[in-house]
Amino acid sequence: MSEPLKTEKAASSSGLKMMSRATYFREAALKNIFLLCAVLAVAAVGLIFVFTMARGWEVVKDPGLAAFLGGTEWSSSLGRFGILPLINGTIAVTLGALLLGAPLAIGTAVFLSEIASPRMRSIVRPAVEMLAGVPSVVFGFFGLVMIRPVVAELTGGMGFGTLTASVILAVMIVPTIATLTEDALGSVPPGIREASYAMGATTWQTIYKVLLPAAKIGIIDATILGMGRAIGETMAVVMVAGNAPQFFKGLGAPIATITSQIVIDMSYATGTHKTALFGLAIILFLISMGLVALVRALSRLNTKKA
Amino acid sequence: MTPLSGAARPEALEGAAKFTVRDLDFYYGDFHALTGMNIDVRENSVTAFIGPSGCGKSTFLRCLNRMNDLIPGTRIDGTITLDGEDIYGPGVDPVDLRRRVGMIFQQPNPFPMSIYDNVAFGPRLHGIKKKEELDQIVEQALMRANLWKEVKDIMERGGLTLSGGQQQRLCIARVLAVQPDVLLMDEPCSAIDPTSVQKVEDLMAELKSSVTIIIVTHNMQQAARVSDETAFFLQERQGEPAELIEFGRTAEIFTSPHDRRTEDYITGRFG
Repeated sequence: MSEPLKTEKAASSSGLKMMSRATYFREAALKNIFLLCAVLAVAAVGLIFVFTMARGWEVVKDPGLAAFLGGTEWSSSLGRFGILPLINGTIAVTLGALLLGAPLAIGTAVFLSEIASPRMRSIVRPAVEMLAGVPSVVFGFFGLVMIRPVVAELTGGMGFGTLTASVILAVMIVPTIATLTEDALGSVPPGIREASYAMGATTWQTIYKVLLPAAKIGIIDATILGMGRAIGETMAVVMVAGNAPQFFKGLGAPIATITSQIVIDMSYATGTHKTALFGLAIILFLISMGLVALVRALSRLNTKKA
Repeated sequence: MTPLSGAARPEALEGAAKFTVRDLDFYYGDFHALTGMNIDVRENSVTAFIGPSGCGKSTFLRCLNRMNDLIPGTRIDGTITLDGEDIYGPGVDPVDLRRRVGMIFQQPNPFPMSIYDNVAFGPRLHGIKKKEELDQIVEQALMRANLWKEVKDIMERGGLTLSGGQQQRLCIARVLAVQPDVLLMDEPCSAIDPTSVQKVEDLMAELKSSVTIIIVTHNMQQAARVSDETAFFLQERQGEPAELIEFGRTAEIFTSPHDRRTEDYITGRFG
């Protein structure tokens, strides 16, 4: 208590005003509060990771790493927990979503960035952004009621399966890919656009010969993040995929993904089954970490090139 | 020849007019940017546009290859002819016009692709696909732009890895590869180092035997060095359209200008 007193004395003896104790404590407190926010966010990720690892690592003992990673059958009643059909399902659904969604999203971004009038842009852009805010259960419901019957008609089955899930996911990833692609196109230096037009290139030539190549890495980034979204999406997929953990048998055949299988099984799983579900969570973790690393590597490449 | 209003003085001209501009007014939406422009740009010469910032030099330059068409809400009155043909006439394709009237910008703006692909860009737009033919065009264009020696062994390197001055010469080569009649240069030297400026100026002297060059510059020494004729632009009051005050032989403009405002500008009394 004697120290602050001393400071006050020193302050009065010199002409400069010293920082008051209240200011000092407020500044220090604010700094620590923000630090705490950051630490909590990181801690949440760390905690989930540690927890998932702790519960899931036993898959190496039972059912055993080879049976888990290399198994071709997922059946809780038979006690078989091979994840290959689920990986296969995830890949099929994600690939389908990208094939349908990425061109749609990139086309939308090109339209917004290069073609649309400001008025048109002010209508389309909020609409695309709104798409990102629609809850996934609504997408799933929409798919169930609107898309599934069409797919059933086309493929001759019930309509639950890869195609329906892909269509729904394609729409869901459009906002992610479109927004980021538009950013990438927007960050192409305007001089390059002008140079292309001044060389006698048409709008179309400017877009596909100059702008899309120049924004290539940003567009790949956008697509990877869209892919991450498709891999992680659960609710909408569960509602339309048919949820049969089997290998891809055609666009109309039921399928299950890593995420959908966790949801379907988690309410009743015990013992090895439960461990296997945590094992699936670890796989998901690794996939998304891999995607994030890929995006970071690409953007480093991009800054190096520029 | 009919007497001209404004500044074009026909007695200053010898040889065929490449561009003929009559009574040109230009608007950005409601803003009246240029008024009453009359000028004849002589073939195979260098014409300099000088004047204070914001006096419409670049705007006028961009009327000549219809780059202003890309800005929504712009409008033009009057006529501009290239070799006697109205470039704003019905049915004229601005894309085709821009292949004949090339443009160099203030900031070097090579595409983010290899040196070779930069120069081959225009010919490829024209549909030239054969490798040998492209190789030859690329080499010739780079030689004409005085860049060949520096880049002939690094053709696959990115255009953006070159220095600023080299990038600008790469842009010139890119334009020359499509064999334009006219080269519009919008302050081509204001963003590059002095050695490169020298190279670009030498280049202009070499090129003018085959290409008509129009250069916008803020540097009056440069205008005096490189140009055969000079046009002085001025916006007298804020909010009013800019005018072409005087146009004539460069030597005359810089030694005995007819208009007091030209003299004031050249002697550094304003701008």
